[in-house]
Amino acid sequence: MINPMGTITAAAALSSAPASAALSSAPASAALSSAPASAALSSAPDDVEVLVLAGGLSYERDVSLRSGRRVLDALRSAGINASMRDADVLLLPYLQEQPPSAVVIALHGATGEDGSLRGVLDLCGVPYVGCDAQASRLAWDKPSAKSVLRERGIPTPDWVALPHDRFSELGAVAVLDRIADRLGLPLMVKPAQGGSGLGAAVVREASALPAAMVGCFAYDSTALVERFVPGTDVAVSIVDLGDGAQALPAVEIVPRDGVYDYAARYTAGLTTWHAPARLAPRDASRVAAVALAAHAALGLRDLSRVDLIVDPNGQPYVLGVNVSPGMTETSLLPLAVQAAGLDFGKVLATLVGRAAARAAVA
Amino acid sequence: MTGTTQDDYTDRYARRVRGMTTSEIRALFAVASRPEVVSLAGGSPYVAALPLDAVGEMLGKLASETGTTSLQYGIGQGTVELRERICEVMSRSGIDGASPDDVVVTVGGQQALDLIARLFLDPGDVVLAEGPTYVGALGVFQAAQAQVQHVAMDADGLIPAALSSAIAASGGRAKFLYTIPTYQNPAGVTLSDSRREEVLEICERAGLLVVEDDPYGMLSFSGDAPLPLRARRREGVFYVSTFSKTFAPGLRVGWILAPHAVREKLVMASEAMILCPSAFAQGAVTQYLTTMPWQEQIKVYREVYRERRDALLSALRDLMPAGTSWTHPEGGLFVWATLPEGLDSKAMMPRAIAARVAYVPGTGFYADGTGTANMRLNFSFSEPARLREGVRRLAGVMEQELAMRAVFGPGVAGPHRRRGPAAADAPGPDLA
Repeated sequence: MINPMGTITAAAALSSAPASAALSSAPASAALSSAPASAALSSAPDDVEVLVLAGGLSYERDVSLRSGRRVLDALRSAGINASMRDADVLLLPYLQEQPPSAVVIALHGATGEDGSLRGVLDLCGVPYVGCDAQASRLAWDKPSAKSVLRERGIPTPDWVALPHDRFSELGAVAVLDRIADRLGLPLMVKPAQGGSGLGAAVVREASALPAAMVGCFAYDSTALVERFVPGTDVAVSIVDLGDGAQALPAVEIVPRDGVYDYAARYTAGLTTWHAPARLAPRDASRVAAVALAAHAALGLRDLSRVDLIVDPNGQPYVLGVNVSPGMTETSLLPLAVQAAGLDFGKVLATLVGRAAARAAVA
Repeated sequence: MTGTTQDDYTDRYARRVRGMTTSEIRALFAVASRPEVVSLAGGSPYVAALPLDAVGEMLGKLASETGTTSLQYGIGQGTVELRERICEVMSRSGIDGASPDDVVVTVGGQQALDLIARLFLDPGDVVLAEGPTYVGALGVFQAAQAQVQHVAMDADGLIPAALSSAIAASGGRAKFLYTIPTYQNPAGVTLSDSRREEVLEICERAGLLVVEDDPYGMLSFSGDAPLPLRARRREGVFYVSTFSKTFAPGLRVGWILAPHAVREKLVMASEAMILCPSAFAQGAVTQYLTTMPWQEQIKVYREVYRERRDALLSALRDLMPAGTSWTHPEGGLFVWATLPEGLDSKAMMPRAIAARVAYVPGTGFYADGTGTANMRLNFSFSEPARLREGVRRLAGVMEQELAMRAVFGPGVAGPHRRRGPAAADAPGPDLA
């Protein structure tokens, strides 16, 4: 597999902030709707048959079904022959009988993001949009991804990851005290694996930590406890339309009630999104560069979404990287595509065409 | 620079719509529809027990032989033929002498509740209802901007003394008592014969109307159900029922038997809402009641459900961790379980879904967010072996959760989460 970003080191991306910086600085939409960017959108050949995978058994099944339908509609509107299926026991026989030209994985949660399904698609020789199994597995496990980011000098908040067994062995009170001492309050508690804010909580007082841990462990057996960085929540979507990975304008997230939980993410009206984010041009460039560096450091491909927080000094921290970003009406990547002046369907069509071409080369 | 909420209507919604949010729990129910998950969360009758070929033939005839009327608009109140049949059905439950004139056919029992709310509730009015109560009724009362005050129950149903206190506490703002006295959803308990009279007297003294919701009265497992409240009082009681459990919920046919004076307003309100109930669905029910052995079919449903209730109860007895208790329904579709001290049914849901079992957390049945110590378990839809497997998985989930609570300290409440409407904690009607 060729990693299109393989030649760009994280350090290079961070220091020189290449073309990407211009893309995300204001007026970002003008920069992206200009001829070169849209020229990169190539239409896929007529005989391309795309299979959108959505549903699955994860907590994010409902979100995935919404993402899948949105992707399906966008592909069809771009003239692509596409259909949608669940990832269930009928999938492999189907792939064998009617192998699609490419698969778009709109599955969120473990099936779509832990790399396992990508591994199975590799076994079947079916190409798919997005990174390979290994990179997916790395990005999916937040503590592993954060270790890689830190090694490459990409800022991410201090953290500790603990499986629930450790608390029973060592005593919850003792461990929690050490965590609070070391990282300081407030803290962010979230499942080591998973998305959509499920099982996540901000802890402002030490007394609230046990409850947050219990809530988190209902979703995953390992918890990631992170130093809470106050600042502006942004998400940077990265797409590679053939000219290398580019950062789309950052989207700023302002939840009405201050908490970007599941309801705030998926109930239209509960969150205001600013695309592009209301960042100073210098900060916007920095955010884009850091996001691109994270995408590269984790060996990602085609598309990803990097979630960051920008502290009051303009310093971005990477919170997580999503290899199967949400595609619903209230999701961030489609908003970024729109803010860039691009057509969602055409972007998807281009990514599908690239995936199909990879298979042809292989 | 302004942002987008992705909802251009945000500032234009009516007040009653505020707080209608999606929820984590709703997201988890989406997984419960997959066949890998044993769902104890639904409320679906076992329609596979119907003689589907015969029903199909009947529906075919309904279109081919009477299509010019059954595919046409009908009258708002519902066809007179069906209303006559409904009176016969009610007389089998002990409600004698009801006039077809006083029956209004509705789109399921749900529309009947909405009609009553439209007729009687102003914003700020109080509705008294059992705690816990039917989630769909809570949705109706919330849409009417009424406040629901829950009245406690025990194994014999609504507690009369608690009803008296609730009436007093409402300070005259209570408009009616909403009650499911027989095989209650979700609690599975039945208001005892002796208490029925007492409850009616308390309401009469207070001038409180009674809305009696009776979808399950015919699904008795042993002998007959107690007489409906409406069989004991002609005035002051609105009787609501449905063919969803005795025949098929897909037809969406229910009804209200109302005091005569109110009937005209109900019909006008219904016409404003739906114009008329489906003539085809009404024709189907009428034909079913006229030409097919519907009482035999109810016996089939009862037998199936009794066997499944037994299977669920014995699985609970064999497998549940110490400290768990549950009700013993004599009919209907549901068992209400109370968890061991410290467990939170809503916080436990993701762990249950990961273990491939689903239930409805008790919070789905209260307007005030209580119910975290409870869950509703359905036994009508799954076969006995599957019910047992579901309970086995659920017991494992509870053991894990108990271990977790032991590590982090007893009584650690789940983290503070957004509280939406009760419906946000209950599945949609399609979940089996």
